[in-house]
Amino acid sequence: MTELTLSRAIGTGLRRALADDPKVVLLGEDIGKLGGVFRVTDGLQEEFGRDRVMDTPLAEAGILGTAVGLAFRGYRPVVEIQFDGFIYPAFDQIVAQVAKMHYRTAGAVTMPITIRVPFGGGIGAVEHHSESPEAYFTHTSGLRVIACSNPQDAHTLIRQAIACDDPVLFFEPKRRYWMKGEVEEEFGPQTLSMESARVVCEGTDVTLVAYGPLVATAMDAATAASDDGISIEVIDLRSLSPVDFDTVEASVRKTGRLVVTHEAQQFGGLGAEIAASITDRCFYFLEAAPARVTGFDVPYPPAKLEEHFLPDLDRMLDAVDRVLGRANSLTGWKA
Amino acid sequence: MPGPASGLPTAAVSDRLAADVPVESGADREIMLRATVADHTLDHQLGGMSDELVQLLTPQGERVSNHLYDPWIADLTPGQLLGLYEDLVVVRRIDTEATALQRQGELGLWPPLLGQEAAQVGSARTLRADDFVFSSYRENAVAYCRGVELIDLVRVWRGTAASGWNPYDVGMATPAVIIGAQTLHATGYAIGCAKDGVDSVAVAYFGDGATSQGDVNEAMVFAASFHAPVIFFCQNNQWAISEPVGLQSGLPLASRAPGFGIPSLRVDGNDVLAVTAAMRCALDRARTGGGPTFIEAVTYRMGPHTTSDDPSRYVDPAEREKWAAKDPIARVEAFLESEGILTDEARASVAAKADDVATHFRAGCLSLEDPEALSVFDNVYSTPHSGLARQKSQYAAYLAGFEAPADASADLDAHASIDVEGGER
Repeated sequence: MTELTLSRAIGTGLRRALADDPKVVLLGEDIGKLGGVFRVTDGLQEEFGRDRVMDTPLAEAGILGTAVGLAFRGYRPVVEIQFDGFIYPAFDQIVAQVAKMHYRTAGAVTMPITIRVPFGGGIGAVEHHSESPEAYFTHTSGLRVIACSNPQDAHTLIRQAIACDDPVLFFEPKRRYWMKGEVEEEFGPQTLSMESARVVCEGTDVTLVAYGPLVATAMDAATAASDDGISIEVIDLRSLSPVDFDTVEASVRKTGRLVVTHEAQQFGGLGAEIAASITDRCFYFLEAAPARVTGFDVPYPPAKLEEHFLPDLDRMLDAVDRVLGRANSLTGWKA
Repeated sequence: MPGPASGLPTAAVSDRLAADVPVESGADREIMLRATVADHTLDHQLGGMSDELVQLLTPQGERVSNHLYDPWIADLTPGQLLGLYEDLVVVRRIDTEATALQRQGELGLWPPLLGQEAAQVGSARTLRADDFVFSSYRENAVAYCRGVELIDLVRVWRGTAASGWNPYDVGMATPAVIIGAQTLHATGYAIGCAKDGVDSVAVAYFGDGATSQGDVNEAMVFAASFHAPVIFFCQNNQWAISEPVGLQSGLPLASRAPGFGIPSLRVDGNDVLAVTAAMRCALDRARTGGGPTFIEAVTYRMGPHTTSDDPSRYVDPAEREKWAAKDPIARVEAFLESEGILTDEARASVAAKADDVATHFRAGCLSLEDPEALSVFDNVYSTPHSGLARQKSQYAAYLAGFEAPADASADLDAHASIDVEGGER
């Protein structure tokens, strides 16, 4: 066990993947000498050479399209998209090529490509540096989508993603890059299912589903709620496609109440999918309509407004009050 | 399952023109050619692009001498020349047959290659089995030359499969429909070849319209930066559906490549000998560490964009007539006749082969059966996916409900088991 930041935990995961499989290659902008703008790949080019850790020209479609060709050739490319909002130029290559190649070729060609994306807000950044584009990719057949929330998971999941023969979008919560935690590197790719959600803390009154950067916020909400005698079960989805609905369903059957939270905009988002699927699976166990706590349906706002966009502890607790039938912002603060 | 994990492409393709120069002419000559032809030719192009077309065979079938490119085809035997002629005739016959099948309702769509036979045959026949092609959807002659089975050419167009063949069996990816996307795949594959230390080459086939796409331009950036052994083979057939090439570029398309640091040349795309020479020259550069080359094969799309298109709305018949006089097959015929190679016997043999291919092609097409319903879920992922597994089992139960009443009780059981598995419904 070593205490590592989430950023280093991914970095050590990448190092293990590079060491374990000569077909693993890293591609991205500034990932070599600089070590990436978040230093996730720090030291890897020095250790594995420019042939394995490749700085690329500044073109996201080019990076992804090149990765497709390398995958055709038997390589296992790990691509870094520098910031969430920079992924759109590569959208066609991801959704029309990477995602479909296995289907198109009747299984003859695999696309074991991992696409790392620092995502989410809360760092006071300028436009295009705080977005949560995961729903575009969970909506795309053929992709797997992961969001990590803590150093240990980040380390294990990145190694699983790279080992997976399917393409994986790997979302890294950039405002948690400096979160520290114990990391056991011997947790190899086989130790847990990449698809499985994690019950972060058990509870009996409300199920609060989160992923990525909001898992920590959800835990804070659970702690705060316990002071009021409310028991929240927090679930970290980890896998956004597929979603481990069995774990969420089991929790909701117990609590009867569901709140889903994400930074991404609400309309057509993952919260809607989870609310609908859980309602479909266990409608008669629900005591209240599922609630969503999400970013608003606006472009990600300027830094001085982001606190009015991002779900925080109080907005989560407001939704918890709502599903519990307690006084909340919609009923007026007096019940 | 064949694939990269099992030791990379196991292509079993016909490469009847590949690597003949070194084999038949000796190593000394190969070195001489590389130094004097490849470098000089392309340096000349780099120094100042000209619109000059490389042409070795006039539309009338006269052999034009070209001291830079003649050496690249000097080794071609009469048998090989006849082989090229046969390919041209056969692929045109396949194309004609496919268009007929579409008109008869047997294919949903077909993108004819009429007029582009020489560009495709001349380039594809120079490749080795271990080279790898990434093409667009009109390269059916390339696919034929790579050894794709006739029946596999039509699966997509009949709608029975998402693609026709296993890319690793023939060294050719299945066609990309998104314009230009495959040029990046070729570049990445070529970078992989270089990493592996092999002298295999990747070839990207695309059209004039594709040169406007970002992907194609990014592919050239990446290929130049990484010195990738990739050939950008652009068939300028003058049309992107209804848009003339002048809308894509005011300059010859080949003139763009040097701006990326990639040597380029323009070749008469209706001249199978010139295309062969140009391609061999570019392949030699790529195999010997020279990096990428851009070839603009200037040709003409004599038919519609696809069988759904109506070119009478935009093509000037006089222009088409002008290009009809430059037919890629007629000039080879005239040349081979004048050389005494194309005898009546040989002509009859080629015609018989074309008939035979057409018969098998049609029979293969008609024999394709509709895929099984639940195969719609196959191969989305290479490993189990819980969400999709659930949808599949539920749809299976739904479909079971349409079976004969005698099976009704069994269907109900199937529903019940799904409900238990899927939880409260």
